[in-house]
Amino acid sequence: MIKENIINFSFSKYYRKFNFLSLLVIILSVYFIVFKGLNFGVDFKGGTLIEIRVENKNIEISDIRKSLLKMDLGDVTVKRFGNKKDYLIKIEKRNTTNENFIKSINNKLNLDLSSDIDFRRVENVGPKVSSELLNDAILAISLALAAMLFYIWIRFEWQFSLGAIIAIIHDVIITLGIFSFLEYEINLSIVAAVLTIVGYSMNDTVVIFDRIRENLRKYIKVPIEEICDTSTKETLSRTMVTSITTLLALISIYIFGGAILKGFSFAMIVGVIVGTYSSIFVAAPVLKHTKVTSKTVLKEDEKENN
Amino acid sequence: MLYFSKVKLLVVYFLIVFFSLFSLSNFIDQDNFPLSKKINLGLDLQGGSYLLLEVDMDPIVIQKIQNKLILLRKNLKDIKIQYKSLKSQNNKITFQIENENIESFKKFFYNKKNSLNNYYDNYKSYEMDIIIKDNNIEISYSKFGLIEIKNSTVDQSLEIVRRRIDEVGTKEPTIVKRGSDRILIELPGLDDPNRIKKLLGKTANLTFRIVSNELDDFGSEILSFENGNNQLRVSKRVVLSGDNLENAVPSLDNQTNQATVSFTLDRVGAKRFGKITSENVGSRLAIILDNKIISAPSIREPILGGNGQISGAFDFQSATDLALLLRSGALPTPLNVIEERTVGPDLGEDSIKAGAYSLLIGFVLVIFFMFIRYKFLGLIANTALIVNLFILIGILTILEATLTLPGIAGIILTVGMAVDANVLIFERIKEEMKIEKSSIHAFDMGYQRAQSAILDANVTTLISAIILFFLGSGPVKGFAVTLGIGIITTLFTVYFFARHLSSIYINIKKNKEIQL
Repeated sequence: MIKENIINFSFSKYYRKFNFLSLLVIILSVYFIVFKGLNFGVDFKGGTLIEIRVENKNIEISDIRKSLLKMDLGDVTVKRFGNKKDYLIKIEKRNTTNENFIKSINNKLNLDLSSDIDFRRVENVGPKVSSELLNDAILAISLALAAMLFYIWIRFEWQFSLGAIIAIIHDVIITLGIFSFLEYEINLSIVAAVLTIVGYSMNDTVVIFDRIRENLRKYIKVPIEEICDTSTKETLSRTMVTSITTLLALISIYIFGGAILKGFSFAMIVGVIVGTYSSIFVAAPVLKHTKVTSKTVLKEDEKENN
Repeated sequence: MLYFSKVKLLVVYFLIVFFSLFSLSNFIDQDNFPLSKKINLGLDLQGGSYLLLEVDMDPIVIQKIQNKLILLRKNLKDIKIQYKSLKSQNNKITFQIENENIESFKKFFYNKKNSLNNYYDNYKSYEMDIIIKDNNIEISYSKFGLIEIKNSTVDQSLEIVRRRIDEVGTKEPTIVKRGSDRILIELPGLDDPNRIKKLLGKTANLTFRIVSNELDDFGSEILSFENGNNQLRVSKRVVLSGDNLENAVPSLDNQTNQATVSFTLDRVGAKRFGKITSENVGSRLAIILDNKIISAPSIREPILGGNGQISGAFDFQSATDLALLLRSGALPTPLNVIEERTVGPDLGEDSIKAGAYSLLIGFVLVIFFMFIRYKFLGLIANTALIVNLFILIGILTILEATLTLPGIAGIILTVGMAVDANVLIFERIKEEMKIEKSSIHAFDMGYQRAQSAILDANVTTLISAIILFFLGSGPVKGFAVTLGIGIITTLFTVYFFARHLSSIYINIKKNKEIQL
């Protein structure tokens, strides 16, 4: 034993079980992403999104849908959005050439529903722009992963980079899988959330790795499992405190930040939880599987000193 | 780590006060405060319209190829080369010449003083490409020729878009070029962009042409009226175009009480208009806007003063808009709206409220938690957090950055994550206290040993923020800005401000028991 443990719990004993669990969840996530697909918003699919507020409380979703169906707009979805009086209308037909398009919908709804209707938000994205935005989003996430990989490769040995990158990909896939399962919309702000998750997960992993490396230098003959265990425990209280404060802030956005930020904060909440889990149960075990020892670290130190 | 020089402290506290003052200028009445800077609110918070327009290049290239064809015909005549089946098709000019003339045509084509095929010094390339197969010659725009057309078209369009929007009189519009063929327009406070879209959707190409009695398609064509299905055959020859307009205003016809547009021609235009109307008394003159006939009145007498009136099925609004379009000039090519985002002012206000509310609650929760967890050191972390927030807002103010709803989320996230650095240090100090006897030493080691983890952790988040800043658009960019600046202010407050506070605390307590 290195020194007395703060809590009597061996993380490394559960590596196997949790790795299986992670694998299972990843397979499920990939299954959902591939077969159920992601629910892309107008940002990435093109089309029109309209947020309306209907003053008359007797109006039902079906009334709005009926009124719109008469207009031959193609695929139309209507759903409630936050406040009871607010609705979100999504029209897939890519109609950007007709400048009266929005106006005609407004007139039609006013006529059919005979209620005061306020168009609170209109987003109209053409097919060219939406495919560009999608490409940019994919590029941004790939670039972020590459940049993280590069940074950690400079700072740590390759086994550590591998662990960190596996943990990040794990987090991103599971977050997207959950979005696919729940059919939550993927829009630009979700991409921002995913990128922040990448940063956060990396942050969490690096703190533990930093400690593992320090302990590898200190305790030369201790097996890697035990090093991982001790390091995880030593940093555990920091891991928990930071996760909790971040989650407190995020939950506050989720509950009080309004409907527009719901998806964003939800993605972040999932990401922080999964990211915290993965730095303990995904990133660290990779070091065990790649047979990291004190030698690995000390050799690297020597190289740097030369 | 716990020693600070006086100069350093002075700088640190000066910076804190400096940035905090700027952040205060957002909340205090400007009249009573010397600083006048404020954070800009994004369109999603103050309401407004965002339009991305793309210039439609096809018509303009076709038009330019037409002009080149006419020039080429004249040039070929000048250099005395016989040609056959000269025509333009699919943005190309094709024709045939005799084999013996090919060399001399090539020489003419690559002459740098030739206006048919301009040479661009900056690209070291020609305007046109040529393909010669046997005696078939094909001329089309080169890559650089197209770039030049794009650039000049977008610049020209930009100017006219600006004029049209200025005439409508919205407040502080942003109109900028985006990429090679796009124009981005931001109109704060505008909740119905329909009128603007309508105004920008028209090229407003005005022509006057004589109604023709011919029956063939060579010199005339059939155009339809703007309202209704009536058609009229008009001459292809343009008598006068909108370029010759000096002014146009909406007016009311005294007799019919109809809205009309009165226009004034410039000197050249007035002269030509006088001549044409004198020669064609009794004929009808079609007034055509974007290939649609607005009206086709009979010419009863010559119009010599250069003043005229366009009557049509106008109400006062459409007459006003037409006059505005004619005054601001014709767009070289149609503009298509390829992206539109509009937020109503009350949604923006709701978003600000929700953002501020959630920021406050998140802040209180974090502060409360930190106090429970770390007692007195928690208070230090919390003070640092508050100072951090002030500096962050201060920097955003100085940069006149645009605050968006995701940007507010970025601030809240910074609040959650900012404590991380302090937590890393406090936890490390706790560990060191178990080994070290001297608490001063434990503090010192805590700060030193936590440094590398803090640096790594923040650099990685900063990388995300930078990538988001460059690839994100609109509101997401706002998120990247607050997140990125938040990281820097966090490191500053933790390593200078909070560390100084803890050093004071530890010096007072000396080796007495320290609560952690």
